[in-house]
Amino acid sequence: MDWTLFVTQLLNGLQLGVLLFLLASGLTLIFGIMDFVNLAHGSLYMVGAYLCATLAQVTDSFVLGVILALPLTALVGLAVEFVVIRRLYARDHLDHVLATFGLILCFDAAVHFLWGAEGMAIRLPAVLDGRVEILPGIVFPTFRLLIISVGLLVALGLYLVVTRTRAGMLIRAGASNRTMVSALGVDIQTLFTLVFAAGAAMAGLAGMMIAPITEASIGMGNEIIIVAFVVIIIGGIGSIKGAFLAAVLVGLIDTMGRSFLDTLLKVFISDQNAETAAPALSAMLIYVLMAAILAFQPQGLFPPKGR
Amino acid sequence: MAQALLTVEDLYKSFGGVTATDHVDLQVIPGEIHAVIGPNGAGKTTLVAQLSGELRPEAGRVTFDGRVITNLPAHARARLGIARSFQITSLMLDMTARDNVALAVQAHAGHSFRFWADARRDRDLADTALVGLEEVGLADRADQTARIMSHGEHRLLEIAMALATKPRLLLLDEPMAGMGVEEAQRMIGFLAGLKGDKSMLLVEHDMDAVFALADRITVLVNGQVIASGAPDDIRRDEAVRRAYLGDEMVDASGSAD
Amino acid sequence: MKRDALSPANWTPRTWAMAVGLAILALLPGYVELTGATFYLDLASRLMILGIAAVSLNLILGHGGMISFGHAAYLGIGAYSVGIPAYYEIHNGFIQIPIAVACSALFALITGAICLRTKGVYFIMITMAFTQMVFFAFVSIEEYGGDDGLVIEMRSEFAGLFDIEDATRLYYFIFASLLATLYLVHRITRSRFGMVIEGARGNERRMHAIGYDTYRYRLVCYVIAGAICGFAGALLGNFTNFISPEMMDWTASGELIFMVVLGGTGTLFGPILGAAAFVLLEEWLSAITIYWHFLFGALLILVVLFWRGGLYGLVDWIGRAAWRKRS
Repeated sequence: MDWTLFVTQLLNGLQLGVLLFLLASGLTLIFGIMDFVNLAHGSLYMVGAYLCATLAQVTDSFVLGVILALPLTALVGLAVEFVVIRRLYARDHLDHVLATFGLILCFDAAVHFLWGAEGMAIRLPAVLDGRVEILPGIVFPTFRLLIISVGLLVALGLYLVVTRTRAGMLIRAGASNRTMVSALGVDIQTLFTLVFAAGAAMAGLAGMMIAPITEASIGMGNEIIIVAFVVIIIGGIGSIKGAFLAAVLVGLIDTMGRSFLDTLLKVFISDQNAETAAPALSAMLIYVLMAAILAFQPQGLFPPKGR
Repeated sequence: MAQALLTVEDLYKSFGGVTATDHVDLQVIPGEIHAVIGPNGAGKTTLVAQLSGELRPEAGRVTFDGRVITNLPAHARARLGIARSFQITSLMLDMTARDNVALAVQAHAGHSFRFWADARRDRDLADTALVGLEEVGLADRADQTARIMSHGEHRLLEIAMALATKPRLLLLDEPMAGMGVEEAQRMIGFLAGLKGDKSMLLVEHDMDAVFALADRITVLVNGQVIASGAPDDIRRDEAVRRAYLGDEMVDASGSAD
Repeated sequence: MKRDALSPANWTPRTWAMAVGLAILALLPGYVELTGATFYLDLASRLMILGIAAVSLNLILGHGGMISFGHAAYLGIGAYSVGIPAYYEIHNGFIQIPIAVACSALFALITGAICLRTKGVYFIMITMAFTQMVFFAFVSIEEYGGDDGLVIEMRSEFAGLFDIEDATRLYYFIFASLLATLYLVHRITRSRFGMVIEGARGNERRMHAIGYDTYRYRLVCYVIAGAICGFAGALLGNFTNFISPEMMDWTASGELIFMVVLGGTGTLFGPILGAAAFVLLEEWLSAITIYWHFLFGALLILVVLFWRGGLYGLVDWIGRAAWRKRS
């Protein structure tokens, strides 16, 4: 086995994992507190990427672009929460998915209208654009290392907020028992609005982080959001810890599967068959993982308590 | 004493360190009404849930008619002849009263993998359902949607559904809950009429109802059985008076230990 | 009294809506013949195929309360069941269609067995994820065109008995399939089985307490719906002569749900009305602006927020208004 490739792909998997975590943590919190399914979470990922691309162009700085785009994405999240989502809490899940599906259509068309059908690339500053040798013989793109660091920092920050602050205590309490939180006299609506905005910012951040690699494009959130769903299903809806572990697990398995499944299969079946089967199988891998976990744990690895 | 229909041995269940059912032993003899009473939070509903199969006990054994049913799911127990009513009304609210009862009848008329014939034109189901509604005095409400019926009617409909499954044991979880005095009297009269015919385990707060109906009473406090016996014995039991009927009474009678 | 229900004088507004709708569909080829507007034939064919898919989704979603966000998988499986045999020069519909139905049923059985162990939002997301799995599987199978899809050179032919190459003949084949589906679902929903499904949606706990193992009934219902939708997929493959993974993109599943809700959940003909409204709106809005998805999305949100009765709710309302006028 090629160790250089192995370590590189391990890091790539980790990078996908932290991106997924940025998306999934917002989703899982929103669901945990309000029992609300937000399909349009991926749209905020896209909006973040576009805002960042434009602002990076205007300011001629990727970093400034991110710093400015973050609060803007949170504002977009606030607006969406205020105009549409707020009216849907009392409804059932079917209404949630339908209305937020409508939101996706609106967002995609609006981005098309504002930014055109072409994608938008983001130019990275020279410092971030290179590669570094992280281990003897293993070079890895600097920017991808940054993504991993940012993701891990956000995860750490989120962990501290949720475990150490009063707001975090309420969020955890809200996830296990909404009535109790209301009974404490806490305005759950405000709490939720804030969590929604924070979730939007994190989703946007994920979009900003990926855009320099893939460029911002219409519908970019619609594929990854399903993977984020897989993550929170595996992790257990409402659990930050579960979301983190599942995100890294899914990121690693997906990336490693795509790179090495054919090699692995060749041990068991003929080369030609392995090469035909591997792409389809590796594309299905995370879903099979999800099914396998659910077969034993219908509520995911860290099921919500008290519900 | 006759062979017990339902035997509960050493049943144990806890929730996150709080013991809800603490090594409970209990028997229901065929034909008797066995009441379970106890203050709020004594674990009565948890006990019923373990008997009906909604909750699994952590330890202990439940035997029904000589068969160990501790690990059977709710629907399998229902098919063996254990029916229940819920403390909080639990009906198919969008269906008519007749359809609610008809579904209960259908549940015990073979399997329901029948895809073609119109179930509502099935005389066997409709007529039996109507008889069931007549028994509880709801025949004239048969075609009303359950949602628009009154609370008292909901309680009766629950009983009609339970009876429609032709059970040998009825688990009644506070059937009089939320009823007015008159409605409650009607329900007591109805249950008294079933006495001897159906075995019942009755969880109830209304002491008048309990003492009017029960052949035997078990008192549950903090998940433990503190007394079990005939109504008169329970009425006289010191521990019961202290734990259940209120300390003031005991104090007033000057017999506090 | 029962007999009278069959006479038009006693039809409910809903029956009228269905009768008028089906009559229009039955007569449409004649109109097309006269005017030469073959465009309408295509539109109505697509509408009916999506209608069949929506009716099958409604069986689990409307009647059974199972919010599947992955129903488009069966459209794809059904379509590929026509396309892959056709790729190997097997054009016999008596082989293709049973394959479509059987594969769909099998996929529904396997995924349903896992999905139905979960509840609520888990169920929504898992159905979605399984469909995405099929989507990616077909994307990565190069042999059958991968991302680019697969052209079906020849439509199904039925062992020399008849074929559906001709557009009008295909149309009537689809129309007959629609009628058969409506009748089948009508029978199922009114049967003992249908009552159990309806009851399990209303109150699963109570259904357990009176002795139903609701999981088994739901799973069978899920398989039936998948099989019907797989059949619709086989029709879709024949109709478009081209299949691609795009057909089972998760947004396609969302569109099917939209059709059901737009028409009226838990009603017999509602999903057909919804599919019709969907196809016509799509046609009309996309002619107005290239940003029509925005209007479409906004409409969807408004329907959810303010108009959950669906088009059938409108039919009922018109019926009541007409009734008031008459009396």
